[in-house]
Amino acid sequence: MEFFRIKRDIPFMSYGRSTAVISALTFLAAVVFLIVRGLNLSIEFTGGTLIEVRYLQAAELQKIRAELTDGGFHDASVQNFGTAQDVMIRLPAKKGVSSAKLSEAILASLRQQDSGVELRRVEFVGPQVGEELINDGGLALILVSIGIMLYLAIRFEWRFAVGAIVATAHDVVIVLGLFALFQWEFSLTVLAAVLAILGYSVNDTVVVFDRIRENFRKMRKGTIAEIIDNAITRTLSRTIMTHVTTQLMVFSMLFLGGEVLFYFALALTIGIVVGTYSSVLVASPIVMWLGISRADLVPVKKEGEVDQRP
Amino acid sequence: MINQYPLWKYLLVLILVVAGGLYSVPNLYGEDPALQVSPTRTTKVDSATLARVEDLLKQDGLSYKSIVLDTHGLLVRFADTETQLKAKDKVKEALGNDYVVALNLAPSTPRWLTAINALPMYLGLDLRGGVHFLMEVDMGAAVKQSEERYAGDLRTLFRDKKLRYVTITRTNKGVEVKFRTREERGQARDAAHKEYNSLVLKEEDSGNDYYLYASLSEADQREVRKLALQQNITTLRNRVNELGVSEPVIQQQGQERVVVQLPGVQDTARAKEILGATATLEFRMVDEGHSVEDALAGRVPAGARLYKKRGGGQVLLKNQVMLTGDYITDAASGIEQRNGSPAVFITLDGKGAAIFSNATKENVGKAMGVVFIENKTETRTVDGKQEKVRSKVEEVINVAVIQEQLGKRFQITGLDSTTEARNLALLLRAGALAAPLEIVEERTVGPSLGAENITKGFDSTLIGFAAIALFMTIYYHFFGVIASVALAVNVLLLIAVLSLLQATLTLPGIAGIALTVGMAIDANVLIFERIREELRNGNSPQASIHAGYDRALDTIVDSNITTLIAGFALFMLGSGPVRGFAVTLCIGILTSMFSAVMVSRAVVNLLYGGRRKLAKLSI
Repeated sequence: MEFFRIKRDIPFMSYGRSTAVISALTFLAAVVFLIVRGLNLSIEFTGGTLIEVRYLQAAELQKIRAELTDGGFHDASVQNFGTAQDVMIRLPAKKGVSSAKLSEAILASLRQQDSGVELRRVEFVGPQVGEELINDGGLALILVSIGIMLYLAIRFEWRFAVGAIVATAHDVVIVLGLFALFQWEFSLTVLAAVLAILGYSVNDTVVVFDRIRENFRKMRKGTIAEIIDNAITRTLSRTIMTHVTTQLMVFSMLFLGGEVLFYFALALTIGIVVGTYSSVLVASPIVMWLGISRADLVPVKKEGEVDQRP
Repeated sequence: MINQYPLWKYLLVLILVVAGGLYSVPNLYGEDPALQVSPTRTTKVDSATLARVEDLLKQDGLSYKSIVLDTHGLLVRFADTETQLKAKDKVKEALGNDYVVALNLAPSTPRWLTAINALPMYLGLDLRGGVHFLMEVDMGAAVKQSEERYAGDLRTLFRDKKLRYVTITRTNKGVEVKFRTREERGQARDAAHKEYNSLVLKEEDSGNDYYLYASLSEADQREVRKLALQQNITTLRNRVNELGVSEPVIQQQGQERVVVQLPGVQDTARAKEILGATATLEFRMVDEGHSVEDALAGRVPAGARLYKKRGGGQVLLKNQVMLTGDYITDAASGIEQRNGSPAVFITLDGKGAAIFSNATKENVGKAMGVVFIENKTETRTVDGKQEKVRSKVEEVINVAVIQEQLGKRFQITGLDSTTEARNLALLLRAGALAAPLEIVEERTVGPSLGAENITKGFDSTLIGFAAIALFMTIYYHFFGVIASVALAVNVLLLIAVLSLLQATLTLPGIAGIALTVGMAIDANVLIFERIREELRNGNSPQASIHAGYDRALDTIVDSNITTLIAGFALFMLGSGPVRGFAVTLCIGILTSMFSAVMVSRAVVNLLYGGRRKLAKLSI
């Protein structure tokens, strides 16, 4: 069985202009969402208290809300978490009240109402810790990007490095934009997913680039666009295969991994789809537009690794 | 023959696969409920203790699986948690306060595996339940305390040298000493400089007043901070020991933070109380010359202060402190003989005993108050700004008439309950914190959630793996099976490496393993697509296999190194879940490169390499 028995190369580069417009628009929209709506940061970043409890029967959220309001916790958000029995209570860092003590007070008042309530998880994060996390997270993103660019610039050529980084930034920003649009919770685990997307997307892009470089040596006649089209067409099967296998695993986490892994898997799902698209239709056109030519890859050819092979 | 490995390569693959199997297998054995008996500072766990515990258990007919003495203490394994809990109560009661008796889960890895150092991964708190605290040391307070000590030292120095000054106070600029004349200040400055040459001294004039400011140098402040952190860690360790938690983690993080992880702890309120509190006692004489009523009406006599009594009422105590908690060397809780009320038995050091014995001798027949002082720090948000509010609770827990001269050992009563007495004894015994600690992060995970997290993480990985294997087999036929075998080896090696490193497995870590499995297949896909391409180009099967593996290698290395860069940066900068994820990602990339390239090639070479007439490949 084989999905792609493509005889002729698909003219990806001729779509370049229209995909560029689509990408640019999506990118812009994502940036706008990020600025206007912002990320729904989890308490790991903002500071605050989160309490997850389980009831023996389906929880009555109204009663819990009333109970909490009576107890003076007016800004508590109460919602179901996964099942009808699981309830998540969230409180922002509050004026004049020590947040570390909050969880106990809340739990005590919940126990009064229903002694069958079981504490599943409590998280309290001070605001200063959250601030550091945001800084560290941002720093990690920047350093990873620089590292990858340097490696690609050395192994390939600077145009490839630029293409890869633009494509990757495109993916990351779109994932973040969607998280902002739908106000999905952005936690530390989701940040890990975003950084994993970065790795996956570059990985994908490099595979295409590798083939472009190889084609430059083998196809002495073709135009730049033809060379790139051929590289993408030849790797398309692999791109989709890898996408499918990774997606199978991510779906498994999405549907079976429970609430904690849900947004992690969701971020990965979006990231893998966008990443696959961008490695084909964002990274390569950029390399072409930046004016790559056969001569640029001559120094690499001098190493002569490939040519000596049987 | 082009597709044949030399023998050593086959052997290498075989050895690594077998080793991978051996070192990942301990994770499959569960854990036994166990009891851990560890020594405290004053006691030792030895074979005598072992015999004693063994006897205790036999007396009550509590059956155990094994009882072992190791470097950490005594470990008794049980078949079920019910026996474990019963045994804990029994052993705790019999051994008393001299030993720490903690509930534990001991890995039930067979001995022959532990002998080759094959141990299971350590489960993170999100998988086993427990509490995690991140505590910050209030360094400002540590420096302030140190300056306050200097204020006292300077006072003594000036008195000894008969140097005249007006006042000594501690301000934001350091220790402020006020003088009447410039000469007096000059003499004092020289004396202070000679005695404490590391102090930074500054002079300032204001009208007719001459000021001298003494503050800690940068180097001294750094030293104070370092010591404060170290002492706090030691104190925390003592307190955690008293809590009786098995396998606690107490680690420095950064310049001023400490991580405390207590697996399996449910009662977070108590844990927090014990870890964060700084408590001490002060002994003061009751001011019997004045009436409480007068003081309540606002006429508090000089040299005395009004205190709240625990359980209601007020009492007037003299300002002069007879004895502070610094001299206490040991404290134990118990029951007072005469009326059966809870009490704390206190032992003083030599100097403290001398002071106390003198003070009580002079005051026989008079009333003495025991003041309990607890320092708490809370963070509040006021008008959007973070503020630290330090509150000091001062309560008189006991007023008693001194019957006789008290010495090295004595007792205090007037506590509400035995729990109260136990907590107070614990706080006094575990030592004081050098500077207040504040909880900046707290996580509690219930044990049932932990168990659920493991199951969900494990199931989703397994099902994802099965789906990938099925898909690969449908798409690449027999080569898909080979890729699945290589993938299984990858998982095996990854788990083996993580177990060898004794990494902490967390839920994001499991997600990292799952994601690596999904992405690891990429290398084989790259190779197989190449082989198909070569076949399409009309090359022979043998040549196609060779070219496929060879040509794809460059691509695999390039694409994986970039991911490795990402993983490495994540590890360096990340914290908590991000870090756990990064470790599995990085190791996963390395093992997947080995398994996808070496293992799958070894299998292919073994099956196809020897065949001269290979007409078709099942790909």
